[in-house]
Amino acid sequence: MITPMISAALIFAFGCFGLGLVLNLWRVLTGPEASDRVLALDTMVINAIALLILLGIWQGSAIYFEVSMLFALVGFVSTVAYCRFLLRGDVIE
Amino acid sequence: MAFWMEILISALLVLAGLFAIVGSFGLIRLPDPMTRLHAPTKATTLGIGGVLIASMLYFYAAEGRISAHELLITLFLFLSAPVTALFIAKVHLHLRERPDTLPKPAEGADWASYAPDGPARGVRPGADSAEPAPVDPKQEMPKP
Repeated sequence: MITPMISAALIFAFGCFGLGLVLNLWRVLTGPEASDRVLALDTMVINAIALLILLGIWQGSAIYFEVSMLFALVGFVSTVAYCRFLLRGDVIE
Repeated sequence: MAFWMEILISALLVLAGLFAIVGSFGLIRLPDPMTRLHAPTKATTLGIGGVLIASMLYFYAAEGRISAHELLITLFLFLSAPVTALFIAKVHLHLRERPDTLPKPAEGADWASYAPDGPARGVRPGADSAEPAPVDPKQEMPKP
């Protein structure tokens, strides 16, 4: 079971990563350039992975690791694809 | 669960949260895109590393099993973070900057990322007699 200290630390970490997600969303909405938006989206993916792992600790379940692995893969591939599209005008040439 | 283990896990979680908030705040606060690239790619990666270590310790302490999933996620994230940073930097370099708006990388040298079919990579200056390697313009790397 989760002890009170770990529970408090988990809630703190949930708050930090959630606030980070909101700040990234602000950068996605207002970013002056496309590269800023791509960077903010990539950071949002990383923060979402961290939230998933925290949820896994909170529930004591190992099922969220597969989810976060998939998130990491899809986030990396989408960032690279978006950057290639901006650079070359095409994703697969 | 041992008390020191609880303290270790909690400290790692709090530290990871602080790193994450520093990274996301830097993304908001820093003035131009090349400096903004630093905050999320380094601080947030450290933050998620802290969360993953805390998760490994927690599942080892609570259920006595060593899970390798976190190692896989750590490996993948730490491998992919520099690649995404390089790609985003290249997007910024090619869409918003020109070679004359950037500092020179070295005396007499130029940014390899801008050269049309540029100096062959892997060939140092002065090794001109070597056969130039075939250059794929999609995979150019800026010279250090």
